[in-house]
Amino acid sequence: MTARLPREITCRELVRIVTEYLEGALPLDERTRFEQHLVYCKGCSVYLRQMRDTLRATGRLSEESVPPSARDELLRAFRSFHKAGT
Amino acid sequence: MHAVAPSEIDRAGSSVPSDDRRVIEALRRGDEHAFLALVNKHHAAMLRVASAYVSNRAVAEEVVQEAWLGILKGLASFEGRSSLRSWIFGILANCARSRGVREARTTPFSSFADPEEDELAVDPSRFLGSDHPRWPGHWAAPPEQWADEKVLAKQTVRFIGEEIEKLPPAQRQVVTLRDVEGWNSAEICAALGISEGNERVLLHRARSRIRAALERRLGEEQR
Repeated sequence: MTARLPREITCRELVRIVTEYLEGALPLDERTRFEQHLVYCKGCSVYLRQMRDTLRATGRLSEESVPPSARDELLRAFRSFHKAGT
Repeated sequence: MHAVAPSEIDRAGSSVPSDDRRVIEALRRGDEHAFLALVNKHHAAMLRVASAYVSNRAVAEEVVQEAWLGILKGLASFEGRSSLRSWIFGILANCARSRGVREARTTPFSSFADPEEDELAVDPSRFLGSDHPRWPGHWAAPPEQWADEKVLAKQTVRFIGEEIEKLPPAQRQVVTLRDVEGWNSAEICAALGISEGNERVLLHRARSRIRAALERRLGEEQR
């Protein structure tokens, strides 16, 4: 008995399922084909890397600071809330 | 010690982390540092999520302020059945929704399949045609690697923030919660009332657009 070779995926398909891959939502066989494709495809390796770079940079947005005016207003609210005795 | 994988706890989404408990107790005591830390942590994401429901940034800012007041009021009775952040964003979503109703601009999540259903993540002309004799569907114009210091530069991060503002509302909410705030998909689905499949489609579109915008920008810089 010979193992059937899985159908290869194309770059176009890889781009379409990259989020499912990164989110761990691909079935095992598709995941395997995805990773096999990466082995020989430089373009898709770079694409995946760009996606990961995008996620890394997006994550940095959580470090944004609050504008001082909004901050002060909230702090005032917090204080008066506590004075009112909760 | 019991062996529970972190992902298991994540998926259940119901165990109250002791971190949350500490924060809640500090807030109840009137600890201003704890309050400011919490504001700092969530404010920007709250703005992005709120702006999906209302007409402009100024209104979104009012909604977030209103939500914080609601959070302060609710603090005394918060029982910790959900995580602190999903409770916070739940209050925010309520405030934003009722404000959206008053503005006559509701965005029911059920109708969030956007019009650009077939939008491709990458310009189709960058791939070889499906009739190509040797490499159908492969890259004709492959992407190029980005320099690390450019990716994490402040201007790049700010640029991504601007791109997120331009996304359709549902995509903006999902990508903010998943990639900025680091929620898991189960939490997002619960908070927004969408299916996991829907969440992933929205996330995919949002990420693909941000990547494409970054590619245009960083590509120009490199030239």
